[in-house]
Amino acid sequence: MTFDMKAETIAIAGAGGDELEAYLAQPLAEGRRGAVVLIHHMPGYDRSTNEIARRFAAEGYIALLPNLYSREAPHAAPDDAAATVRARGGVPDERLVGDVRGAVQHIQGLPNANGKVATIGHCSGGRQSFLAAVSLPLDAAVACYPGAVVTGPPPASGLSMPPLLDRAKDLQCPLLGLFGDDDKFPTPEDVATLDKELQAHGKVHEFYSYPGAGHAFFDVDRPAYRPEAAVDGYKKIAAFFARYLAS
Amino acid sequence: MCTYQTEHVDLQSSSAKGPTGWFAVTTASVYYDHPVHAPAEHAVNIDFLNPDLGPAARVAVELDPASARALAEALLVAVAASDAVSADA
Repeated sequence: MTFDMKAETIAIAGAGGDELEAYLAQPLAEGRRGAVVLIHHMPGYDRSTNEIARRFAAEGYIALLPNLYSREAPHAAPDDAAATVRARGGVPDERLVGDVRGAVQHIQGLPNANGKVATIGHCSGGRQSFLAAVSLPLDAAVACYPGAVVTGPPPASGLSMPPLLDRAKDLQCPLLGLFGDDDKFPTPEDVATLDKELQAHGKVHEFYSYPGAGHAFFDVDRPAYRPEAAVDGYKKIAAFFARYLAS
Repeated sequence: MCTYQTEHVDLQSSSAKGPTGWFAVTTASVYYDHPVHAPAEHAVNIDFLNPDLGPAARVAVELDPASARALAEALLVAVAASDAVSADA
């Protein structure tokens, strides 16, 4: 654990070569490190997600958080940006994959990167972390209560989030899934369905679901916060990254 | 949970007042999801937007469901009054 770090806003190239705002946090100490691409949730490139980036830097990783709303709402307040993108139907999957690919490529060009890269996301970001893991050659992926992987969003949502269950066969790296027993999106049945599908294809994955916890149990600013689940969840993430992102 | 449930409404001849003053609003997003500010896990949220003016051209409200229902009923009462006036004209 180190609290000495450099954290800054940078520009990276995303899908189609588009310039994206991104937040890069990394320890000051020398040495090659694994990296984490943090995929923000639907509320956007907000303070709480930037704090998570610094948390992973404190744990010794390079953390890169692309602003997925850079195109529609450059330099806007996160809630305004999220409203703009929601009104336009969300982030298209193909573009998300290109943006994560760009983030990975940026990391691979950093002199202190050891070449290992994971993705992590919560809620819609969890779904997108899974999407990245079935689309790109990553070393690990974490999906925290990913909605819409098994069932997709409600038809009336107007959001471009097709189900991804049929992509489970394409998973290219170990997957850690963290869920709440009381969640309704995904439900425990959705989690069991995804678990079974991954098992059927022999995909390396670890799923944990916490009793007494629902959706967004990591969110310290929300009533859904469940300290016991969040603390244990971060332990699971730390162990997972230590195993798969080491040099 | 995130419901992602979002309704989009086109608005005609409508305005809202934001931090920089009045502006025309052309669309509204109505959704039940996590609020940014309201002290609840979920809220009925409305974004009044004018995409042509940029992301900051937005007036947002976050309502608890009972308040949202009361607001919806009040809107219908006001619209009924509007209809009555139009019929008299």
